[in-house]
Amino acid sequence: MATLSFRNVTKTYPNGVAVIHGIDMDVSDGEFIVIVGPSGCGKSTLMRMVAGLESITGGEISIGDKVVNRLEPAERDIAMVFQNYALYPHMSVFDNMAYGLKIRKLPKAEIQNKVQDAARILELSHLLDRRPGQLSGGQRQRVAMGRAIVRDPKVFLFDEPLSNLDAKLRVQMRLEIQKLHRRLGTTSLYVTHDQVEAMTLAQRMVVMNKGIPEQIGTPVEVFERPASVFVASFIGSPPMNLIPVQIDAQRRILDDNGTALELDSAQVPPSLLGRKALMGIRPEHIKLHARGIPVTVEMVEVLGSEQLIHGRHGDTPIVVRCPIGLTREYPLQIGEAIQLGADSDHALHWFDPDTGKRIDN
Amino acid sequence: MIERRPVLDIITHLVLIVGVVIIAFPIYVTFVASTQTAQEVARAPMSLLPGSHFFENYWKVLVGDAANTPPVARMMWISTVMALVIAIGKIAISMLSAFAVVYFRFRFRMFFFWMIFVTLMLPVEVRIAPTYKVVADLGMLNSYAGLTLPLIASATATFLFRQFFLTVPDELIEAARIDGAGPMRFFWDVLLPLSRTSIAALFVIQFIYGWNQYLWPLIITTHENMYPVVIGIKRMIAGGDSVTEWNLVMATALLAMIPPVAVVVFMQKWFVKGLVDAEK
Repeated sequence: MATLSFRNVTKTYPNGVAVIHGIDMDVSDGEFIVIVGPSGCGKSTLMRMVAGLESITGGEISIGDKVVNRLEPAERDIAMVFQNYALYPHMSVFDNMAYGLKIRKLPKAEIQNKVQDAARILELSHLLDRRPGQLSGGQRQRVAMGRAIVRDPKVFLFDEPLSNLDAKLRVQMRLEIQKLHRRLGTTSLYVTHDQVEAMTLAQRMVVMNKGIPEQIGTPVEVFERPASVFVASFIGSPPMNLIPVQIDAQRRILDDNGTALELDSAQVPPSLLGRKALMGIRPEHIKLHARGIPVTVEMVEVLGSEQLIHGRHGDTPIVVRCPIGLTREYPLQIGEAIQLGADSDHALHWFDPDTGKRIDN
Repeated sequence: MIERRPVLDIITHLVLIVGVVIIAFPIYVTFVASTQTAQEVARAPMSLLPGSHFFENYWKVLVGDAANTPPVARMMWISTVMALVIAIGKIAISMLSAFAVVYFRFRFRMFFFWMIFVTLMLPVEVRIAPTYKVVADLGMLNSYAGLTLPLIASATATFLFRQFFLTVPDELIEAARIDGAGPMRFFWDVLLPLSRTSIAALFVIQFIYGWNQYLWPLIITTHENMYPVVIGIKRMIAGGDSVTEWNLVMATALLAMIPPVAVVVFMQKWFVKGLVDAEK
């Protein structure tokens, strides 16, 4: 186990394309960090740089106290779980897990013990003689994790390990990974594009966009206080509603057409007075049947106990997520004009429309 | 194709049977001729029933009482060594060169690949004169090295292995690197076992290629004692004044057929698998 730290890490490919623009981060011992972002944001590249599969253009990555920039993957004391498992197809489950240990020339008995232990933790004991081709996707992924566990590495790297599994199995494996981490307490770096995985697994998460970490924080922090428009719209499903507004000198919130919205403006940051801003509100934090934003209902999606109400305020689409019971007595009609309010004065988020950054005061 | 029509079935069977007969009949005649005496074979029409000299004829050619040639056993040995060395050598060399071309970045990598690729267009016959000169200067005439070395380099096999290696997922080599396997370790432990079926298919093809070499051994062997069996057959068919003992020629031909057939039969399963699918 060890800490992991990034010092101004950058990556530029030989063809001049820069994919990582400088990352500073410290991962403490035993922490589970999830890097999340859309495809092409550089999250996998960053992980592969930690693994030693991609060279580091600038800055330093250290594992423990050791700068690993120039070390071979095998010398970094890491273990990696790949998206497509990357199991050796011609070796049995046992040999797959034991291969790294054999190369390190561990005594046979010790290899046997370690593999048996890992297999027990992962409930693979009865499959040790099988070939990867005879296993289901979930089992293969467990073997891949077993291969990582037996190495007893300082850092675990997970590269979208659940992306190839079906939805049900994904939920199950997510729980297993969480249990495993609690049990082993190994520092872990986990890359995913799935925000649910990120929210559920992470102790801290890094939201990446175009090679820049937009926000590093606990899932709750990231959800409740997104640092930028990008984070606000990437985390949360459906994403946060963003309404372009103008704040006038009297602290009134005006929409595009200059109509004042009847929202509580006590929490509007003072620096925004007389300026344009993006007002964000999560679909869950919108109150039906309240004064605030006039919206025309366009569609209602029923999810079961909840529903999504899609509407439009001028040109801005707005989504509301609310319990289905709220509209039981007075069902909403398509085209109906309703008013939506914020369920608390903390529900509103403010962003600079030019930089996309969060504005708090 | 999946339709069930009895008439169609009969026709397909008929066509197949005709095909088999066309191919099998000459072999049968060869066999029959090899069991008769030279006089019986020479008689027209030749009897199509096996004669009674099976053991006599085969013994004669194997230990070598026949005219013009060394014992067939010796020639078979030469042929076997030649075919095996060529097949194994080709596989080894072309796997390693494909490994280099696919997995290592070095200067002029593509240049070397294209050099290899271009030689695909040059059959043995085209480069036979310069090759002979080189082999002769190196003093390798009438030797196993001379028989095999010039035939070992193979662009086709290199290309085949390259194509196969390209289908091996990158993550596999990355996983191996993380496990601490160096390049050669990866080659032995992962790449080689994965290539089994391709190797088997190539072995069959190359063994037969080696066994059937005629022109090259004809040029570089001058001692009878280094003749492969294919040459031996030709030498038995005497020209001019002496009489050709066709029964013995036929026996030799049949014997020469056995090893390639055996290789195909024993490796058929892998051979087909290697041609049809790459196990991943």
